[in-house]
Amino acid sequence: MAAEQQPQRKKIEATGQMLKIMSDYFYDLNDAADSTTRKVAWCTSVGPAELLRAMGFAVHFPENHAAMLGATRMATDLIPEANTIGYSPDICSYLTADIGAYLKEVSPLAKAYPGIEAPPRPDVLVYNTNQCRDVQDWFSWYAKEFQVPCVGITSPKNFTDVSDILVDDVTRQIEALIPTLEEISGQKLDLLRLRETVSLSRECTELWRQVLETAAAAPAPLSFFDGTIHMGPAVVLRGTRQAVDYYRQLLGELKQRIADGVGAVDGEKHRIYWEGMPVWGRLRQHSELFAGLQASVLVSTYCSSWIFPDFDANQPIRSMAKAYLSLFIVRSDEYKEKYIKGMLEKFQIDGIIYHDAKTCPCNSNSRYGMPQRLEQQTGIPSLVISGDLNDLRCVSDEQTRTNVEAFIEQLEERK
Amino acid sequence: MTQPVYVGLDMGASRTKVVVIDRHGALLGHAVKKSGIDFAATAAHCLDTSLELASADRSDIAAAVATGYGRNNVAFVTENSKTEIGCHAKGCYHSFPAAVTIIDIGGQDNKVIKLDAEGRRDSFKMNRKCAAGTGAFLEEMSSRLDIPLNEMNNLARQATEMIKLGSYCTVFSATEVLENIRHGKPVADIIKGIFYSMIQRVLEMDSLTEKVVLSGGVVAHNPYLVEMAEELIGRPVLIPQFPQFTGALGAALYAREAAEKG
Repeated sequence: MAAEQQPQRKKIEATGQMLKIMSDYFYDLNDAADSTTRKVAWCTSVGPAELLRAMGFAVHFPENHAAMLGATRMATDLIPEANTIGYSPDICSYLTADIGAYLKEVSPLAKAYPGIEAPPRPDVLVYNTNQCRDVQDWFSWYAKEFQVPCVGITSPKNFTDVSDILVDDVTRQIEALIPTLEEISGQKLDLLRLRETVSLSRECTELWRQVLETAAAAPAPLSFFDGTIHMGPAVVLRGTRQAVDYYRQLLGELKQRIADGVGAVDGEKHRIYWEGMPVWGRLRQHSELFAGLQASVLVSTYCSSWIFPDFDANQPIRSMAKAYLSLFIVRSDEYKEKYIKGMLEKFQIDGIIYHDAKTCPCNSNSRYGMPQRLEQQTGIPSLVISGDLNDLRCVSDEQTRTNVEAFIEQLEERK
Repeated sequence: MTQPVYVGLDMGASRTKVVVIDRHGALLGHAVKKSGIDFAATAAHCLDTSLELASADRSDIAAAVATGYGRNNVAFVTENSKTEIGCHAKGCYHSFPAAVTIIDIGGQDNKVIKLDAEGRRDSFKMNRKCAAGTGAFLEEMSSRLDIPLNEMNNLARQATEMIKLGSYCTVFSATEVLENIRHGKPVADIIKGIFYSMIQRVLEMDSLTEKVVLSGGVVAHNPYLVEMAEELIGRPVLIPQFPQFTGALGAALYAREAAEKG
């Protein structure tokens, strides 16, 4: 039998530091939940985390917990728990996995961090529907379960330009949250502290941008699969000094890789763009599948979604509104296509993989003709793979493998 | 026999096919068998049968390439495996060297592959994780109706009308079939509807170019399906001489290429 190429996994040295700050973060959350003086807020990943941090809340991100459920392959067994209480297998598998985990009283945090049993009990849940409606349904369920308030931002959607009218709307919605949050936290919003938090968020996302853009080098020192792991601090520690310091360290290491000509994939022959969510339970397999074919999946919309150049300490709330509205997922296809075209050029991409995630329509951009339009405009071929972010019942490993191998064969023919 | 031969093995989810060709690409031998659960034994059986037809033995094999779901489970191949998409493209282009759209209908999946005039792939699509439009759908319907697969073509030709099945889902389609039987609809009309549903699901997958090639085991064994496809597409389609062996032939052609490159 012809031997398949076995890729060598390359460890990013900064990983140890990332694990430490993530560990500190989870233990701090746990302490906050146990304390009588601190308050815990649950927040959607592109919700008003800056405001919550500035008001002294310890902030938990259920999406991060749900991704951990996926990555540890716990999700598929837990999703049916939520299905049985009326949450369909066709809706967000972050929601169903997370609620399922709560119902079964299990959490990947318990295994990773001795002493932590579960996510911290919330005092308030704060959403932003810029990602989808599911986050609101998700948080509303917990609000009822914990008998705590659930407040949020109902975001405009599918627009091309982030106009002043839209920014005004979301600014007012953020401002309207403040009295409720002040009452729960027991402290007045300190504008200076908010400016400082927004400034740190800006710095964090700027460094995260630089980290991701190192992949423009050939060979790319960082893969999409690395990115999904190392984006943790950009999601849960946005607005903190720890995240800023961490990305400085990671950036230094990646710059050194570029200087040394070290690629994330040995013998990089094909440069691939990943559009859509990762399949969390298959990160390693997918990473090895592509690396074995000397294909470097080096850039993605998903990891790049936590870059917010609009944060501005001089206009903290308005700039937060602008940043949350600038998110890729909430924009029109016209904007998305322009954005992806720019990325294809910047990162010298040979092919695009669209992950059509069964339970995440908002993050599946292959359903309204985008692959065909972009291919027509750029000549860059694409492949749509069916799967899911968390529900492995929707994933066929053999179909994925055959599709990916055939796609790389197709790219080979064009070289 | 002293001339070198090239072997292509297509280990599909349903059937295993082996093709033996000479240096000119001429077909010397072929064999097909249910893949079953012992892939290695099935592959060996097909190899030996096709070598016997080719008046060759294993020592004559200059190169062998495997494709299909079991492509990485075969001991006698000498080169890197290729995907069935690549092999179907190669096999079809060998028969029809032109820009074509290939529709391959297999036991468990189907593919729509577009080739340019040089035989390079422009794009391909596989069915989603669903039996719609595959041989598995036909097998399920045959079982539900208790009518052997090989009788379905003739029965469909006797239809005076067609009962359309509206569902993607094989289970829902089976329910529709049973409902029509309950309402006393003629079996022939129902079977025509089954064929229609199947080919329609495949044609929905992608647009077609001017020339269309149909390949795969389901095409080989269901001439009525081909007639219906032509009716729906509105023009004649191209069929390779051995549609079920197109993937195996492509693998054998890859083997020949690899041997020539040394």
